[in-house]
Amino acid sequence: MKHASAIWKHCLCTSVCLLTLAACAQEDATLRPGDNDHRTLQEALLTAEPGAVIELAGGRFELDATLSLDVEGVTLRGQGMDETILDFSAQAPGTGGEGILATADDFTVENLAVENTRGDGIKVEGTTGAAFRSVRVEWTNGPDTNNGAYGLYPVQVTNVLIEDSRVRGASDAGIYVGQSANVVVRRNEAWENVAGIEIENTTGADVYGNRAHGNTGGLLVFSLPELPVKDGRDARVYDNDIVENNLPNFGKEGAIVSTIPAGSGIIVMASDNVELFENRIHHNQNSNLAVISYLSTGRAYNDPGYDPYTEGVYIHDNEFIGGGESPNGDFADAFVALAGGAFPDIVWDGVANPDKLVEGEVPADLRLYIENNGDADFVNLDLGSVFAGGEPNVSTDLAAHQGALPAVPQPVDLGAATGGAP
Amino acid sequence: MALRSAPPAALALAALALAGCGAGESGSGQGPFARYPAKLSAWGLFAGELANHVPAGGVEPYDLNTALFSDYALKFRFVRLPEGPDGDVEPALYREEGPFEFPVGTVISKTFAYPTDFRVPEEGLRPLETRLLVHEEGGWVGLPYIWNVEPTDAELAIVGGPLDVSWIDAAGARIEHTYRVPNANQCKTCHRTDGERVLPIGPQAAQLNREYTYPDQDGTTLRENQLERWRRIGFLAGAPPAAEAPRAPVWNVAPSGSVDERARTWLDINCAHCHNLTGSGRTSGLDLRKDHDNRTRLGVYKHPVAAGLGTGDRVYAVVPGEPDESILLYRLESIHPGIAMPEIGRGLVDVEAVELIRQWILEMEPPAQRAG
Repeated sequence: MKHASAIWKHCLCTSVCLLTLAACAQEDATLRPGDNDHRTLQEALLTAEPGAVIELAGGRFELDATLSLDVEGVTLRGQGMDETILDFSAQAPGTGGEGILATADDFTVENLAVENTRGDGIKVEGTTGAAFRSVRVEWTNGPDTNNGAYGLYPVQVTNVLIEDSRVRGASDAGIYVGQSANVVVRRNEAWENVAGIEIENTTGADVYGNRAHGNTGGLLVFSLPELPVKDGRDARVYDNDIVENNLPNFGKEGAIVSTIPAGSGIIVMASDNVELFENRIHHNQNSNLAVISYLSTGRAYNDPGYDPYTEGVYIHDNEFIGGGESPNGDFADAFVALAGGAFPDIVWDGVANPDKLVEGEVPADLRLYIENNGDADFVNLDLGSVFAGGEPNVSTDLAAHQGALPAVPQPVDLGAATGGAP
Repeated sequence: MALRSAPPAALALAALALAGCGAGESGSGQGPFARYPAKLSAWGLFAGELANHVPAGGVEPYDLNTALFSDYALKFRFVRLPEGPDGDVEPALYREEGPFEFPVGTVISKTFAYPTDFRVPEEGLRPLETRLLVHEEGGWVGLPYIWNVEPTDAELAIVGGPLDVSWIDAAGARIEHTYRVPNANQCKTCHRTDGERVLPIGPQAAQLNREYTYPDQDGTTLRENQLERWRRIGFLAGAPPAAEAPRAPVWNVAPSGSVDERARTWLDINCAHCHNLTGSGRTSGLDLRKDHDNRTRLGVYKHPVAAGLGTGDRVYAVVPGEPDESILLYRLESIHPGIAMPEIGRGLVDVEAVELIRQWILEMEPPAQRAG
């Protein structure tokens, strides 16, 4: 009876191996750098029980392949973002496109650094629950076109927490949240990336207490076409420092961020219901804050379900200092030709959905409101008229934008849910 | 959990097992993999010397019309179906599209091997790894086994790993290569084609609809259509005659299909396991399955989303008539981990397939009108 024999062997093997594992785990649960770090870490990720905490010692782990995780509830924890370093400099062809790839729910990564991945840093794809806490992702050579694209990269994830983390050198976006929902991004630092922080095609995002400086563009809230999850909306962007994002763009052509003019502070594009308040937006030499429709990029698209318009934006109580001194890019050229000089603090392309106008007016809940931003100045480029075949009526009058929108609802605060910091 | 229901007898063995702590040299199963045989031979798929891959009784070899590129490795595929309650083999259920529905208990085996010299591919074959897909009650499980150098057997190696290999290619050049066995998670990366379940990819009607030379018991051979044979021996239920089933072209055999048909088939088997509407490549919006005609989803004048440096300074995934402006081709021509597609399982450029895709883009008519 071959069959029966196989079952017996299977039961025995399971028991012995599980006991072995438990005994070994008690002996020493912390993984240390050694001769074959990929094997050590990947084996731990493959054999982890759901909910396991995998502790990494301080030191430098040399990794030649992607680490992948597909077990629910796992925490990967180092001793600190300057102590435990996962170094992917030697990542070999055919071994994966990122440093860490997690495809299981409730993944937490904390207190470690991921350095010099050839592709993305840490990607979480298609899950519920992802927390990045006190993580550093860095390309240590600084800005370079051949660096990996994204640092922290949750995509199609519901419930995302990114906090107290630092990202430098990404050739696309340092912190990139794509096609996700219920997102908190707080107290992070992003510098010397093409885009510091990008919230894309995402619903419900709280972005606060972050510092984006020295990037090409500081903080982007975008909704892009030709993606399965569309129409980003409901973002609150507040209490961030968006400072001196004047780095020459080093992204490869083709990627949307490669079109971002150097010196862009915050750009809101095609996302709806966005509230920006109490931010400090300083010395971004192209423009401190721009609100534009996708149409103003001039990029063709083929996506009948896509809404390229930016609707319901409320900008209040921000501090603007300097910035706008050197408008650049096609968009700026148009402005300079029309009005000349420096970009005002707040630049609006003046494009609204013509199908939604009521007696020629944008409905109240879809308008751009600007209040209490000190002496911040403003321009409406009125590209909508240009797209309609007419002449633009460029205006710097803020009176038409007085008013307020209801506060954007706060997304789920994930700190408590993931046992995190206050 | 198995641990809680373990018989007391197992406890006695635990002391012995403890000695193995930290050794881990086998790389074999722990945790969820502990239940699987550490050695390939234990699966009983082959008779006689294991490396000869002579199928044991009830094991069928098969081949595909157009296969995934795996660094030029030759691949040897087998399937074993379980016995039903009546003692007969329990057949797979035919589907016109997608993989057949294989019963629980099915084992699919694929061995990756290199000959010493590709000009005489049948000689000096060295097997590197054998990947199993095992259909259990809870779904399909992927298991990588790495061969020893003798080669007498292969050992479960859930973390995969690098293997140095060399061969003489079809043009007579010596190739030195570090072949990469994927880890058990990476099995799922490709095989979780619908984003939810792990599924076989190759054994589908159009891919199996071809002749295969079967060894006969008396040392002769028998040439037979695979679908016909599977029907005849009870491996396949609900199938039409092979002549009525779809048939995929062979990507590098020109008479088997037009450039468009062969390129779409190649993209389907090499890319579409991720790049479909629900697989892991869905987040890009690029859909490279063969049976749709949405040009944007196919990449025509489609902007990249998360390609990063993978754009290669190109603006669209596919520009009709302009292969060297097409991101898709750029990523097939690279082995850089941040650029290359597919992301895993390919450390060399598939030069011949790149030529096919180049031709496909070159011959592609631009859309009648571009939206936007």
